[in-house]
Amino acid sequence: MRGTKQQQQHELQRQQAQKPMNGLREVLWMASVATCIKMLLMPTYHSTDFEVHRHWLALTASLPLNQWYIDETSPWTLDYPPFFAWFEYVLSFFARIVDPVIVDLTRGLKYDAASAVYFQRGSVMCSDLLLFLGTWRFCRNFPLKLQILSYLAIFFSPGLLMVDHIHFQYNGFLLGVLLLSVSYLKEGNDLTGGIMFAILLCFKHLFAIAAPVYFVYLLRHYCHDLARFLKLGFSVMLVILTAFGPFLYYGQIAQVLRRLFPFGRGLCHAYWAPNFWALYNAVDKMLSYLLRMLGFDVVMEKAAMTGGLVGDSKAHAILPQITPGLSMFLVLLSMSPCLIKIWRKPRRDNLLICVVYAYTCGYIFGWHVHEKASLHFVIPLVLAAVDSVKVAKEYYFVSIVSYYSLFPLLFEPREYPVKMIFLVLHSTAMWYGFAINFAPQTQTSVKESELKERNGCMSLCIKKKMFIAGLVGLEIYVQLIHHLVFEERLPFLPLMLISVYCSIGLMYAWLKQLSFVIEL
Amino acid sequence: MVCESRTSLGKCCTLFLIGAFAFWIRVLVTLHSYSGAGTPPRFGDYEAQRHWMEITLHTPVQEWYVNTTNNDLSYWGLDYPPLTAYQSFFHGLVLDRFEPESVALHTSRGYETPSSKRLMRWTVLTSDAIIFFPAVFAFSMAFHHQRRFDESAWAFAVILLQPALILIDHGHFQYNCISLGLTLGAVASICLHRDYLASVLFCLALNHKQMSAYYAPAFFAYLFGKSIRKKNPIFEVMKLGVAVIGTFLLCWWPFLHSRTAEAVLLRLAPLQRGIFEDYVANFWCASSLVVKWKQIFPNTVLAYLALFATLVSFLPSVVQQIRSPSHRGFLLSLFNSSLSFYLFSYQVHEKSILLPLIPASLLILEDFSLYRGMILCAMFSMFPLLRRDGLVVPYIATFALHLLLLNVPFLEKSLSHVKERQHPSLKYMSDGLLFTGCLIDLLYLLIEPPPRYPFLFEALNSLLVFICLVLIGLHSHIQQWSATSTHEQIDADKVKMN
Repeated sequence: MRGTKQQQQHELQRQQAQKPMNGLREVLWMASVATCIKMLLMPTYHSTDFEVHRHWLALTASLPLNQWYIDETSPWTLDYPPFFAWFEYVLSFFARIVDPVIVDLTRGLKYDAASAVYFQRGSVMCSDLLLFLGTWRFCRNFPLKLQILSYLAIFFSPGLLMVDHIHFQYNGFLLGVLLLSVSYLKEGNDLTGGIMFAILLCFKHLFAIAAPVYFVYLLRHYCHDLARFLKLGFSVMLVILTAFGPFLYYGQIAQVLRRLFPFGRGLCHAYWAPNFWALYNAVDKMLSYLLRMLGFDVVMEKAAMTGGLVGDSKAHAILPQITPGLSMFLVLLSMSPCLIKIWRKPRRDNLLICVVYAYTCGYIFGWHVHEKASLHFVIPLVLAAVDSVKVAKEYYFVSIVSYYSLFPLLFEPREYPVKMIFLVLHSTAMWYGFAINFAPQTQTSVKESELKERNGCMSLCIKKKMFIAGLVGLEIYVQLIHHLVFEERLPFLPLMLISVYCSIGLMYAWLKQLSFVIEL
Repeated sequence: MVCESRTSLGKCCTLFLIGAFAFWIRVLVTLHSYSGAGTPPRFGDYEAQRHWMEITLHTPVQEWYVNTTNNDLSYWGLDYPPLTAYQSFFHGLVLDRFEPESVALHTSRGYETPSSKRLMRWTVLTSDAIIFFPAVFAFSMAFHHQRRFDESAWAFAVILLQPALILIDHGHFQYNCISLGLTLGAVASICLHRDYLASVLFCLALNHKQMSAYYAPAFFAYLFGKSIRKKNPIFEVMKLGVAVIGTFLLCWWPFLHSRTAEAVLLRLAPLQRGIFEDYVANFWCASSLVVKWKQIFPNTVLAYLALFATLVSFLPSVVQQIRSPSHRGFLLSLFNSSLSFYLFSYQVHEKSILLPLIPASLLILEDFSLYRGMILCAMFSMFPLLRRDGLVVPYIATFALHLLLLNVPFLEKSLSHVKERQHPSLKYMSDGLLFTGCLIDLLYLLIEPPPRYPFLFEALNSLLVFICLVLIGLHSHIQQWSATSTHEQIDADKVKMN
């Protein structure tokens, strides 16, 4: 009796799954709750990125197109691709209605009155509609429970909330476009997916790291004949020409590219993003310290590897210097397994994990990587994690480590309880959600192999547990013990420790992802 | 998702998540403005609380309620009962430990540094977590234990995330969570049949905020009604009396000892203030649009009039509880008596709507439409106050969040039982109120009122809410009186559901 009832329910669920508007109420509900929380975050600390984006509003509103990439009124010059500039241009119309000073090129400099804060925060919230749309589009055919879990992980991601809605950036809607693009590819609509990705690149070029994966996949999966190849190539070129064409016309393309790729910046950002280079730097520092102790003469330059604006100097004291070329080579090299995989097996199901892996490679070995770039792989990874317990465990681990590594972005004491409670809350909720989802259950309609995979319980291995316990210890050290031991000395040490410790975790996560890619 | 959690670990996890989320929302609200932020010379409630810490910390007990050179009563003099004074003293010690300048005598007036603001906010947050949260938990365990877990967890979330209390305590800045938490603890004790503990806890609540007296008729009626049904009624009543008097004596001991109790009592009765403040949605304010009470009668006459009106309006619910005391009837009579006080008593403040709102939220699973109407009334009636405090954004956010919580799409099935029992006419009233209330709020934000009627929107708002409150009050009185007959029916329902 009970069994048949369950079967009926499953039939019902499956029928529901075919409906195109499946889960719309749930996604709207979750999105509204997330928006309420974002509203509450409005008065929190905002970084210089707030002024950067405000300046771009003013710049696009008050200057003609051919000045956009030339102007140097503020040190925060426009360094995103043209579509993003157009996005700011559209926003500036509304900004002018709210408060004309926001879009004033000179009077608006460093303007952060309540009107500007509420307007810009509101613009991030509105642009997040694309994130909601992208996520929903990707997982609308999942069973309802998995949908809710994905929405919980993405809409309430501490990383996105911290970076977009406190620190201030527009990652949410860009990730939404990425998810839209992947969702089209998942449905087999390769042309639309490819165009979407091209549009995304014209919004933020940092997403280009996954371009090789897209290229190989579309080549092998879509371009079976020349006509299709030309169709795709032509559409993508059209998108890129729409974005960059005007600057080509003004003869400014070199200037635009110089703005987009400022290789003059150092290997690492002001706060070392926890990647391979953070470890490399740490080893270099330690070696030079040791050698000095042993009496060798080592020239040390203070904090030469960092700097957000400029920074071009001799960086490493002992280990070989790293050039942008070398870093790019390493990125491609580390990405090659997934490129080979996707060349040999250009399947729809493999794409998501390969895109995630590509962004991870870019993060681990990239040049001048920001810690925020970890969002590029953590967020899409959710959608792979709800499918299999193996990935779920990795996602769970990598999300905690990378969200924790974003904490130094919000350094003011006022936000400390906000981010701390939220991380604990979010990770507990996610663990609980995964545990329910992967709880052993006897289901007749699930395939045997799938059942095996799903039945694994959601418990982390001892290594990961130890590592997360270590994070707690690290946090206690950073907040309390460091101050007691060193007082005001060695102020850089806590940040360095966080960065190095997290980089070990993220390197491990990268290796794990590599193993997933190889297993595909 | 909640429906999956049948194991005890799953239940604990769900409850922890709800509690942590509710606490986090409170932390987020503290980021916003508060009453009287940066507005010398008198500032607002935040300064009042800070000033009480300063006074209690630096003057001897017998001077707390008396005008002295160190304690200028005309500048936010203490006018809450002794437990508030002790709590201020304790919090003053904490502030003194971390930032002595913030509670220094005389020099600290209007002291607002980021760190002292954080400290002050955390004194409320910790009070909330230590007193209100466990009380809600205890109540849920005691009163909803026969319900399905989904339902009781949802009710737990609704009570904890009730936006009016969050905004007043963590936005506006007050310590209602303490007195309301103590009252809730008393209610939970009554549900667990621990009447002495309930009396002690309720007396503590009374000694924290005299406004808790809004609940006194209900507590009296239920405990009295229950006692007279026992073997030795006089002895039972006397035992409760001892508990009450003992608690009062303990709280008032320092003042009785130093013979300043009379001064304290005088401070607690604010007769010199008018019959109502601003535009509160009660009878006196609403009817003053037609009858100018303040001009016709002197304050003392008005006070007697108000006392009489209140007595008459809460009498039915008291009589019902004495005749047939029951848990559900007790909760309804808590609501009815506090609503009577709100509508008819002397010197009512907008914030007093929290008092009827709390019992309404406790009744969420019993009478969804009552709570829905009440939360709308409470929020709309407090909008002018919150706007003055610069709390429009958290008002919208927490209000919307709460309305979303009342309509969770993936809990619909498990809550259908609760929502089906809605009273249709009350539901339509709430829908209408939601629409008109939002409209008035929007107009209030966007349009300047005509110069002839500068308080047009406030008056409209309070009139609208007053009408709805009267309707809700009628509904709840009918509910309470019919509770006696339907009570057995409900119990039978519960058994069937399980």
